[in-house]
This record gives sequence, C-alpha cells and structure tokens, in this order.
Amino acid sequence: MDRDVDRQLVALEVNGERTELFLPVHKTLLEVVREDMQLTGTKHGCELGECGTCTVLIDGKPELSCLLVPLQVEGRAITTIEGMAKGSVLHPLQHAFAEVGAAQCGYCSPGILLVAKSLLESNGTPSRDEIREALAGNLCRCTGYSKILDAVELAADQIRRSSPLAGEVAHRAGGAAEPA
Amino acid sequence: MTSPRNEYAVIGKPFPKPDAVSKVTGSAVYADDMLPARTLHCRILRSPHPHARILSIDTSAARRMPGVRAVITGADLPIKFGILPVTQDERALEHEKVRYVGDPIAAVAAVDEEIAAAACDAVAVEYEVLEPVMSIDEALAEAKDERIQDYGGPNNIHKLVALEFGDVDAGFEKADHIREDVFFFQGNTHLPMEQHSAIATFVDGRVTLWSSTQVVHYVHRALAKVLELPMNRIRVIGAAHGGGFGGKTDPFAHEIIVSKLAMLTGRPVKCTLTREEVFYAHRGRHPVLMWVRGGVTKDGRITAMHFKTALDGGAYGSYGVASTFYTGALQTVTYDIPAYRFEGCRVFTNKPPCGPKRGHGTPQPRFALELHLEKIALDLGMDPVDLKQRNFVKPMTRTVNWLRVTSCGLDECTDRVMTASGYRSREKRPGRGLGFAISSYLSGAGTAIYWNDMPHSEVQIKVDRGGVTAYCGAMDIGQGSDSVLAAVVAEELGLQPRDIRLVTADTDTTPIDLGSYSSRVTFMAGNAALQAARKMRDMLVEAVAAKTGRAAAEVTVGAGRIGDLTFEEASILGEARFGTLTSAGSYKPPKIAGPYKGSGVGPSPAYSYSACVVDLDADARTGIVHVNKVWIAHDVGRAINPLLVEGQIEGSIYMGLGEALMEEQAFRKGLHKWPSMLEYKSPTIMDMPEVETFIVETDDPEGPYGAKEAGQGPLLPVIPAVSSAVFDALGVWIDEVPLTPEKIIEALRRKEKGEPPRFGPVRFPSIPYPDCIKVEPPPRELDHASAASI
Repeated sequence: MDRDVDRQLVALEVNGERTELFLPVHKTLLEVVREDMQLTGTKHGCELGECGTCTVLIDGKPELSCLLVPLQVEGRAITTIEGMAKGSVLHPLQHAFAEVGAAQCGYCSPGILLVAKSLLESNGTPSRDEIREALAGNLCRCTGYSKILDAVELAADQIRRSSPLAGEVAHRAGGAAEPA
Repeated sequence: MTSPRNEYAVIGKPFPKPDAVSKVTGSAVYADDMLPARTLHCRILRSPHPHARILSIDTSAARRMPGVRAVITGADLPIKFGILPVTQDERALEHEKVRYVGDPIAAVAAVDEEIAAAACDAVAVEYEVLEPVMSIDEALAEAKDERIQDYGGPNNIHKLVALEFGDVDAGFEKADHIREDVFFFQGNTHLPMEQHSAIATFVDGRVTLWSSTQVVHYVHRALAKVLELPMNRIRVIGAAHGGGFGGKTDPFAHEIIVSKLAMLTGRPVKCTLTREEVFYAHRGRHPVLMWVRGGVTKDGRITAMHFKTALDGGAYGSYGVASTFYTGALQTVTYDIPAYRFEGCRVFTNKPPCGPKRGHGTPQPRFALELHLEKIALDLGMDPVDLKQRNFVKPMTRTVNWLRVTSCGLDECTDRVMTASGYRSREKRPGRGLGFAISSYLSGAGTAIYWNDMPHSEVQIKVDRGGVTAYCGAMDIGQGSDSVLAAVVAEELGLQPRDIRLVTADTDTTPIDLGSYSSRVTFMAGNAALQAARKMRDMLVEAVAAKTGRAAAEVTVGAGRIGDLTFEEASILGEARFGTLTSAGSYKPPKIAGPYKGSGVGPSPAYSYSACVVDLDADARTGIVHVNKVWIAHDVGRAINPLLVEGQIEGSIYMGLGEALMEEQAFRKGLHKWPSMLEYKSPTIMDMPEVETFIVETDDPEGPYGAKEAGQGPLLPVIPAVSSAVFDALGVWIDEVPLTPEKIIEALRRKEKGEPPRFGPVRFPSIPYPDCIKVEPPPRELDHASAASI
C-alpha cells in the first residue's frame, strides 16, 4: 500500500450474508458497501447526510450509510437495495415503483424504496401524510414525488391483498420475459 | 403503407419504462458504479479565487506523493473548447487565468481518492488576485482590473442582440394603454441527485469514456478537439443517468481530464464530482433582469411589445448566446403580438457559468410576461384570464418573428384548468389565492448547435430470428426516451415494447442523435424510429405476402403476427428474401427559420402548450407560502406513453415550485453562499402539493403519431402562477423569483406604508444595445401545404 492508515477486521452481515473485511477504520459504510462489497445499488448524492440517497436499513430501520462507519454496525442486520427482492421476485414496492413510473432516473429510488419498506413493515396502512413524513429526508428531483406516493400506496394495498404470500407478487425481476 | 389504423396497440397505453426493473433493484450501472480492475481515481484542484491570474503552478510535491500516478495542468490540455462554435472559451484545466471559484486548475490520478485529494492540496499555485465582477451592474461598468474574457464587450458584456419585428412605435401609438414593468429572476441550479461522473479507459490506442452526460455526441466532439484524436479513436457511452435537467448538456472538464489521464497512465481513470463541485459545474438558470413595455387597446388586445433582458452569464459562454436569444424568442408563440422589439444582453461575471436548465432561457421572460399581462388586465379592470385568452395565438399561423405554429391547444388547456380549479368562482378569503398562467415550449430546436446538414436523429433497426434491436444515439436521462423508441418500433411491427431490445447513446454502435436537451427526443428520435420501423414493416409484409400469395395490402400486422405467421416466422422469411434485415430512418427538422440573423433560436417543428392554476395560502404574518394544489393541462400533441408524460408534467411542476419559492444560486464576495444540498433549499415531499394533471391531445401534423414535448414546457407557467396567486392572496406583487418569505413581508410592509405594494427591481440599467435589425413580419396565415416549405 502507498500510505499508512489504521485498519481493522470488521464482520458485517449484509443482506443475510456475513462477510469479513479488513478496512480502514475511517471508511464509511457507504464506501465499504459500494467499493469493497460491490453492492453499487446504494447510491450517494452528497456524502454529508443531507439527501437520503444512500439510505440502508440497519435492523430494519433506515440509516444514512454515508454517516456510519462499519464498526458501528457490526453484528447488526444491514439491508441494501440488493437485498430487497427475493431472488428474482420483486418486493411489492419494487413492483409498484416500476409499474407506476415512480422511478425516473432511478438514482434516489434505492434509498426511497428502503425507507418505504421500513414504513410498511411498521404501518401497513399508512395515510399519504404518513408516507410523506417517512420520506421527508429523501430528495428526488425527477418525479415531484407524486408517483412515489402513489406507488407506496399501491404496494401497501397489494401487500394487504396478498397477505398469505407475505409480501410477494408474481413478477419476475428482469421484466421483459413474462410468460405469455 | 397499409391502411391507417384508428386504434393503436401500444401508442397511448401506459407501460413501464424498459429499464424500470433495473432502476428499482439497484442493478442499473451509473458511471460511478463502474470500477474496472486497476482503476485510478481522479480529483481536481479548483480555484479558491473568483478572478485571478495564475503566475505559476508547481506540481512537483504532488507528483512525489506515494500512490500518485499522474498530475496534469492546463499545459497538458491547452486547446479550448465550448458547446457553441462561437464561444470556444473553456479549458479543461486553466493555467493562465481563473474566472470563478471552482475553475479547474490541476488534476491528479492516484490509486485512491484520498491520495488524489491530498495531492491536489500539495499543488502550489501562485495567483495575482484580480477584482471580481459579481453583478450585472458591475459587468456593465468598466472593469477595475481587467475583463473576465478577452472577447465580447464593451466592458464585460458578452453578447448584445436587438431585433424589431413590425412597426413597434406605430403599435404603441395604436394602444389605449401602455405599461412598463421590471422583473428579476434569480439564478438556480439543476441539482441532479447524481453527482457528475465519468470514467475513461485507453486500450489499443482508443479512448472509451462512460459518462453521465445528456449528449454523447457533443462530448465526443469536444474530446476529439482537445485530445487531438480523430473521432473514430474515441468512443463515448452514456452510462445509466442519474438526472440532468440541462445540467449535463455541455462537455465538461472532468470528462476530458479522465480521458487524458487514461491516455497517460494506460489505466482506467474515474472522476466523480463532489456535491460542492456540482454546484460549480452548474450551467444552470441565468439570473435575468427584465424590462417590458406593453401596449393594449381598451378591450385588451396587444398592439405592441418591447422586451429587454440582461442575463448574468457567469464566467464562460456555455449555451449563453442561445440563452440570450431564448429570453426574447417565445413570447410571441403564446400571444399574438403584432409588433415586437427585443433587446437582449448577456454579461460575464466571476461565477460558475450559466447555461441551459429545463425551459432554457424562457422561464424568466415567461414569469415577466405573464405578470405584466396580469397587471395590464388590472389596469383595465379586466379579468386577466379573459385578457390573456383574447390574445392567444391560433393554430396554423406564423408569429411576427417568423415562428411557425402548427398545433396549439391553448384554449383547451385553459378551459380544463379553469373548470377543474373553479378559478372563476373561487372563494375570496384573506391569505388564500389562486393564480393562472400559460406557456409554450419547443419540441426540439429547429437548428443544430453547430452548422451542419446532417439529420438531428437517426435510428437503425435490425431484425434477426425474431429478435428486434433498435439503435439510436438518444440518451435516456430518466425521462423515458428509451420508452419512446420501444413504443414506436413495437407499434409499427405489431409487437410490445418489451419485445424491442435497445442500444442507445454509444458513439461506436449507434447512429447520431443530438441528445436529451431542448425537448427534442420524442419528436425527432420518435420520427426517425417511425421511418425505420415502417421500412422494416414493409419488408416483412412483402416477404409474407410473397410466400402466402397475397397482396401486401391484405397482410395485417399486429398482436405479434404478420399476416398468418408469427413475427419470428415472418422475420425468417424476410431474411431469406432480403438477406440481413436492417432498416434505417432519420429526421431533419424542416427549414423554417426566418430570414434574419439570429433566427436560428426559436424555431421548432412544433410547440407544446400548457395552462396552470396554483392554489396557495400565504401567511401575512410570516410570509410563508403553502401551496395547496396545482392543476395543469398540457398539450402534448399525443401521449405516446401517458404514464411517462404525467411523470414529466409532475416533475416539471415540482421543479417550477422549487424555483418559485426557494431555489437560489446566490453568491457573497465571490463565494457560492450555499453549495450543499442542506443549504440550497429544494422542495421535499412535505412541500409538494397534490397535483391534478390533464393531458391534452391536439395531434400535431408532424409529430410521431402527433406527439410533442412534455419534459420542459409544464415547468414554465408554474412560477408566474405562484406569484399571481400570492397577489390574489395578499394584494402584493412579488416581481422577483424566488418568492421568499422576507420579500413577501417587505412588500406587505410597503403596502402598509402606502408605498407601491410590490417587491422587485426598480430600474433596468442603461445597456448599449446596437440599433435594431428590422424584420418584416411574415404572412400570418399558414396553410398545410406550405407549412414545411417556407
């Protein structure tokens, strides 16, 4: 290496998989997830905790990965956008976001989807104002938030309707290859 | 051609974007997500001074740092570039003079980003600090030290424009009432969620660059010029795009820098701007000071208008010459102005360069024009909606400045929002107000940025064993241009959008498209795709007809079948008959620019129209505005995918509300006041009201299936409608954007003291505009036969 930095062995559980990494202690969770684990679905917009883009779930609750270092979250369950679909089956929120056009450029979508997932897990029938409150820390420049609100409502509805399936709908990730 | 179909199978039906699943699963690959083996990271040293001469740059300490692989300065990239041929005034790295805080000076490629940043800090630069020029007034005065640029003038003036259409003085003489107003529109920025990012490789003597750009073609051209490589040794690919809004339409320093560093090191080199740097990259909304004089008859018909603008351009040209013309071009496309004088001026200041942002150069004059007409209506005791409606342009006419209007849904848009909002029967109570405004925007610029006769868009289609691939240089920046291509090709070939594979925005593999700006893609790439798809369809139909012994006219196409055969069977027959099945289509806008210098800015093959009503509460105690609801109707010609058209309209309303109420790119002593997402206020989901959207379809004669633009036009009426609603609520005019609480409070204070109840600029400076170029207006009526050939 070209310079001396303090490093530490850190064991992280991300999307149900445990990984041990030897990391510079000051490297943020955002950087570690993207660069050391190649989970580039987590995006960044400011790296200062201002925009919500880099949100991940820590034990099911939204946290800004740009403001965390891995040592703080050792032993806790970390969920990134890559952990949201079950294999190739999309989460109802992902399905709804795709279906109603709630993702335009899609850059803020991973963070927003994870916050919405956390919301729906604690409140299956949120009002529009409750959805707004939950997403108040996530900026989006494309959609005007309108279709995001619609998509969260639609997903909540779908989860309720298909409750025996525990939040899965028969939609294949990859989209194009639906059976005729 | 087969017989026309009344009903489309795909067009007009909502369907998800082709890349929707990759966007919601995190699998879309944006430029910064790429990390090929041995990637070096680049950071850029930027000027801490708004205006300074560079006396020396010493990179020796930076070069010695462990982990540093290359350090470059302006001496390595001396050739100037710029988006417009007339303003090639930028360097990727400046080694003689810096012109704004953030101007790039040196760049480092290192094994990690922190080392690159530390090496930038180790570059020693000696400056001779010059007096900065930070306002329009300062730029108009003689420079204290020296001018910012060595072209333009007098003083720090960049561009002066003066045009007169018809006899303006005679028009004012005919007026029963004349009014003058001054307005100011503060600058603001795009604030895309994705920070600009680019990554380059240099393999086998060829540069490949992936970038979050809106126009791969313009980046390609700039790279060829600055790197002194033939275009065929450079490949530019649009990575998945995290938001543009006009801010990624120029070629940027970091794109050139990583390409140069890749050439020097032989390794992939990536540069992702920090959020602070994104504020310096800018190219956002110009601050514009405006003066308007309008004459009307006593029944509210406009007889003449004189419009003056002064644009604060920042330090470089960017699209600024076009922006200047745009501040005067489109007033006539909504209102029938029989005599019109426009004088425009752009100045250089020591700030990040301004350029195109959603609505490019037209939201500022739209704000001024709509409020000016509201005030005239009040003077006359008329309802402002009536006055505006009386002056609406009519379909199939030419404006006094030679712009060709074909389809125009202004009346229907107005009726829709009037009815839905209950504007005319609104309940009057203090603090609540409704405001109305209209607007229009281009469906693509009718002339190219640099002079050439090539098509503006080209599409190739390949059909092979049932698979369909469409190739086009168009760049999907999230607005859904890929969806337009897929829909058009699918419609013509009797397939579904998901059946079409798309290859886009890659200068090696796709034919040219001028990219995602000026709301051009649906109209231009859509028409190119339509032509290519119809040629392919004809070949497949001919092959099936020959095989089955039928006339081509009897072979129907649809539901995945061509005649009695499946699409796959038909494609095999076609390949047997014609060999490799490829087709191509292209689109070139009609030559409709008027016969005068400067007529290239403004013409478009079609204009969209919008009408909007904003309902808000304005608190007289705090000045805080709460928007309750927005109704908007947008004439999109035809919605190819209504889901995405709604998305564009809703996003435009959001961005318009941000500009109207809070967004502001402001400076203090040469420094950006708030280059962060926390302090640069933009609307959150808590600030966004409910929106009711009406899509109006006027079936444009030249748009693909009648379609026009939707991505920019709907932003324009929102801003004046907010100001008009604040007047309705509180009885004060806020003639300056953004309408922050302190401006509203100040206007109320003035009203209470008996002063004019307004907040806004009081004067327009004296500007040495040249004598007007006088232009005879064209014949007003337009018939279909001559529409494309004037």
